[in-house]
Amino acid sequence: MTTVIQFLIDVLSLGGAYALMALGLVIVYGILRLVNFAYGELIMIAGYVLYLMSGSGLPWLVMAFMGVLAAIATGIATDYIAFRPVRAKSVTAVLITSFAFSTLLQNAALLLVSPRPRPIPLPDLFSTTVEFLGVVTPARNLITILAAFILLSLFLFVMRYTIIGLAMRAAATNFRMARMLGVPANLVISSAFAISGLLAGVASLLWLGRIGSVVPGVGLEPLLIAFIATVLGGMRSLEGAVLGGFLLAFIDTGLNYLLPQDLLKFRDAFTFSFVILVLLWRPQGLIKGPASGDRT
Amino acid sequence: MNMSYFLRRHWLTLAFLTGCVVLLAGGASLIGDRLMERVTINLCINIVLVMGLQVFMGNSGILSFAHIGFMGVGAYSAALFTIPSQMKNMALPELYPVLAGLSLDPLLAILVGGLIAAVIAALVSYPLMRLSDAAAVITSFALLVVLHTVMLHWSEVTNGPRTLFGLPKYTGLLLAASAAVLAIWVGMIFKESRIGLLLRASRSDEIAAAAIGSNIPQMRWMAFILGAFLAGIGGGLWGHFITSFAPKAFFLKETFVILGMLIIGGPRTVSGAVMGTLIVTGTFEGLRTVENGLNRAELFSGQVIGLTEIVLALAMIAVLILRPGGLFPAREIGTLITLRAKGKRMNSSV
Repeated sequence: MTTVIQFLIDVLSLGGAYALMALGLVIVYGILRLVNFAYGELIMIAGYVLYLMSGSGLPWLVMAFMGVLAAIATGIATDYIAFRPVRAKSVTAVLITSFAFSTLLQNAALLLVSPRPRPIPLPDLFSTTVEFLGVVTPARNLITILAAFILLSLFLFVMRYTIIGLAMRAAATNFRMARMLGVPANLVISSAFAISGLLAGVASLLWLGRIGSVVPGVGLEPLLIAFIATVLGGMRSLEGAVLGGFLLAFIDTGLNYLLPQDLLKFRDAFTFSFVILVLLWRPQGLIKGPASGDRT
Repeated sequence: MNMSYFLRRHWLTLAFLTGCVVLLAGGASLIGDRLMERVTINLCINIVLVMGLQVFMGNSGILSFAHIGFMGVGAYSAALFTIPSQMKNMALPELYPVLAGLSLDPLLAILVGGLIAAVIAALVSYPLMRLSDAAAVITSFALLVVLHTVMLHWSEVTNGPRTLFGLPKYTGLLLAASAAVLAIWVGMIFKESRIGLLLRASRSDEIAAAAIGSNIPQMRWMAFILGAFLAGIGGGLWGHFITSFAPKAFFLKETFVILGMLIIGGPRTVSGAVMGTLIVTGTFEGLRTVENGLNRAELFSGQVIGLTEIVLALAMIAVLILRPGGLFPAREIGTLITLRAKGKRMNSSV
């Protein structure tokens, strides 16, 4: 029984972080049909802001808030630098600009800070363990589950019941039609990037809280995770992204429990081959999104 | 394809690009400066790699991240045949006994490396060629990660994440330059061949091209295999030039550099691929000198690294905004020269 609860907590906490990452990627993809390769760098930026402020003596929550704010600002900057100027041109062009922007940010961190890992400040709560339903588990796992739950609910509320959420859903369904009915395209896209930054920022706190330090390349793994999760769940569907995140966490944790040690190191190769297979079987992912409209 | 027509139509482009490579290589060997020679060899290998990417990406219009993975496959496969058997115990302590006795002439080994890359590409890529746009890009990215993970962890063959050493230094100026010229010719011939033409048609309009009866996935597949073959050859050449490497050499950083060369030059033309390689390699060497100078002068507290990548990234974004097709968006350089000459004649006759 305790193993089951342990397993559940592991899956839910990992899945919560994964779901946030995937959702941040898919909110932009849903509207623009474009993959943001610079997404992982949002997570890196939030980490570096935390590191830079570690000596300031501010309360941790303020630092965390600034980190998330920086991720949001970078998200919006991605839109202005990498997406908006080439948005109307080819899909390939935008993929390359976002890839270039990602390299730009990574190397800026390399140049301005250091190639070596830098510790980030964390509250004591992150390193304590608690007993929960008879299982001893790090408190950060429970924090992750809680934070993911709150943020996902908030996100659901915004998308369902606010005007900007309605506009974004309309734009995701049929961008051209939404524009004709007076939805301002640039505003919708920028808000999508801002939300993407918010989700990445919070995911960054939870993710880096596990690692404890930040390096320029730290964004790669979250980017890959978000990729796999969205591809599994459905590139076009927000519910799909969340489902994909939890499913991936389930697969990863399951493999961790089951695979023998010498096969475990190939885990990424297994999961990525799995992604390729899913894409071949269902190019749209498990949950199909709204019918596709043109992007402009 | 009618070869004489091809030559008549494209002799100037081929002559110009071949001339560029020959001049550079000849100049480097005449001057005899070691640094200059290294830079030129590197440049020629980059031309092979960029041509590998151009063959697929330029003709089909689909962005592929996987090519550097095949470069790695080529480098590691060739290394298996050329590391001297007494070195193999040290370089690859966990090697399967069956492979321990393998030994080939380096030139043959590099070719075999390219073939192995092509075979692997043929096996894994066929189903992927049906995909377009974002799905195609994500799967090619996934393929790169799979190849990288395998290289990183298959210690029996690759020595794991550690550096593989013991390759003989074989790639010289002559070999690298010949390979570059051959790659340019292969790329040019492929572009003008029936398959290349149909692929370019599918790039402009996938549905129309399919409607006139071209089997697009199969054409893309062939281009992908040829591209992987060139990438594998490039990897083998590079491996026998640098003589020791680790899997991380064949990942995102290298992908970014090779992609940058192609994008800045113009992916749709062979001239663009070659000129992009020349320009980016030249700029890179210049910037690296600046970086080293800054580090030596110790103006800053830490080391200056990453400057070259930042400049390349900015250049790529600028090119894509201002001139989305690259420096040579549609016409090969020979055509441009001919057109200009004709234009002058017409102007003077008026």
